[in-house]
Amino acid sequence: MSSPGRRFHPLVELTRARLLEVAREPEAVFWVFVFPIGMALALGFAFRDKPPEPVAVGITGRAQTSEVRESLARSSLIKPRLFATVEEGRAALRTGKIALLVENGSPVVYWYDPTRPDSRLARFEVNEALQGAAGRADRVPVRDSLVREKGSRYIDFLLPGLLGLNLLSTSVWGIGYSIVNARIKKTLKLMTATPMRRHDYLLAQMLSRFVLLALEAVIIVVFGLVVFQVPLRGSVAEFVALNAICGLSFTGLGLLCGSRVQTMEGVNGLINLILVPMWLFSGVFFSPERFPKALHWPIEILPLTAANEALRAVMLEGRGLSTLVPQLVILAVWGIASYAVALKIFRWN
Amino acid sequence: MQTGFAIECRGLVKRYGDVTAVDGLDLAISPGECFGLLGPNGAGKTTTIEILEGLNRADSGEVTVLGRHWGTHEQELRERLGVSLQESRFLDKLTVFETLRLFRSFYREGKDPEEALRDLSLEEKRDTRVMKLSGGQRQRLAVACALTGNPAILFLDEPTTGLDPQSRRQLWEHIRAFRARGGTVLLTTHYMEEAEQLCDRVAIVDHGKVIAEGTPAQLIGRLRAPHILDFSSDPPAPVGLVSRIPGAFEPRQRGNHWSVSVTSLAEAIPALLADLEAEGGKLEELSTRRAMLEDVFLALTGRELRDE
Repeated sequence: MSSPGRRFHPLVELTRARLLEVAREPEAVFWVFVFPIGMALALGFAFRDKPPEPVAVGITGRAQTSEVRESLARSSLIKPRLFATVEEGRAALRTGKIALLVENGSPVVYWYDPTRPDSRLARFEVNEALQGAAGRADRVPVRDSLVREKGSRYIDFLLPGLLGLNLLSTSVWGIGYSIVNARIKKTLKLMTATPMRRHDYLLAQMLSRFVLLALEAVIIVVFGLVVFQVPLRGSVAEFVALNAICGLSFTGLGLLCGSRVQTMEGVNGLINLILVPMWLFSGVFFSPERFPKALHWPIEILPLTAANEALRAVMLEGRGLSTLVPQLVILAVWGIASYAVALKIFRWN
Repeated sequence: MQTGFAIECRGLVKRYGDVTAVDGLDLAISPGECFGLLGPNGAGKTTTIEILEGLNRADSGEVTVLGRHWGTHEQELRERLGVSLQESRFLDKLTVFETLRLFRSFYREGKDPEEALRDLSLEEKRDTRVMKLSGGQRQRLAVACALTGNPAILFLDEPTTGLDPQSRRQLWEHIRAFRARGGTVLLTTHYMEEAEQLCDRVAIVDHGKVIAEGTPAQLIGRLRAPHILDFSSDPPAPVGLVSRIPGAFEPRQRGNHWSVSVTSLAEAIPALLADLEAEGGKLEELSTRRAMLEDVFLALTGRELRDE
């Protein structure tokens, strides 16, 4: 029998359909959930807390097996290797197998490349050990106090970055791909032939993405907390709000990527064009401070940079959103601008 | 243009660059009618139907659907039309039922998805994902979706292209059932048989223009030679002999097989037999049939409908 009145709300049904699609796509499940966890695991263990790696130092020249070697072996930061000739030692230095070559003689000669930080460190350590063994006394009493605090390790830096990266890439891929796919298959066109409101379709893309983003964020944060004890020091409510703002900004970018492109190749290229620079520059794996000064402000205004800075501040430093206004403004501007442009240029047919 | 027509258009023109896809096309389709747009690929059928569906805009010309214009009453029209596009695909991962439920949600009023399943005999495929459906089942789902809002007009763009004969017949039944409930249908096809089976009236479209319009019987009746004579002989009859058949038009040869349109079988057959005998040929096969829309198209354009 014909049923008067609306039994299903189109926004709910479109969102539900989109979520069903994702859940039934094994690849999507992998990229959304398994990939970031795998990445955090691999990198977290690669850079986990362990004694500092000793530096390899070559020894050559007269009396190479005697006191020099013994005094160097006493330092836990140096791993000595013997070379019969200076040439062999320099070959090892050139290929990076050792950081410093010590030619034992009078005077002792240090061979090294001063632009390599580990070489400078090795020279300092070796000199310290040799001078100490030769009887030099320290005049100033010192004491080392080692910092191993949770929240200042590499994994602590990495995890919020991975969270930001994942929110961005799944939003852009998820929305961009699904829209372009629907356009190619003419599903979009078929839907516009029905009374479906166009903003319902776009809103459903966003809503379904928000459901997934919430799941992703919870999984990544809980994983970090349980496996690596990465803290969440800020307020949970503010952290949730921050994720939502990131989500708004990133879904806007996804919508923009999908708004006009008519081929899969086209959308692939466009998404990579947007994502790859942010992978590199936005401080996911290392601080963007390392890039030349001239690049700092362009990097600062990238949405992922702002997201990562804000996520780190809330998670690691426990800061409130009121202290992160610049980052929030950057995210909001990207979000609003992307939505506005995407809606303007969207191609339904 | 306030008329009693379900669909009316005048002077439609649509250009894509240098190509004129639709070139001054007029149509008037009455409520309850099943109207067919016939023509070869590239004739402008799809562009025309998409303009009438409000999915494409004409460069010039006027369109009225259910007495309304697309520019002013789009939302209202969408509620009352059902559309099945040529080669559109649904969301592969959804099941048949989920798809119907999704499309039902777009309409203020309409069929219960379970009812839509029954109407198009898709109950057995209720929980099958769209990607696993056969071509015929997919087309039935497309029609089911188009019917989910209980439309007044159903638009079908090449609904049975690529389907096997059984699936085609099955779909025809569903289209007839919609008409029996008073629905208006506009379909495009390049199968003449489909037009003869389903349509009250057809318009033959070529190069963006209507070159003939009427009921299938009228169009066939208008042919100068409404009968087709098919025959083969040993040795094959030469062209000269075939063109001497009284009232013969458009002789076509395939191997040693000839098809000739003739005005009167009573005059043509005895003459053909006598001529063959005089030349020492032996008749191998002889059959006659009434002209079909295919023959109309050939007579009008000098070309076969489907280039094979």
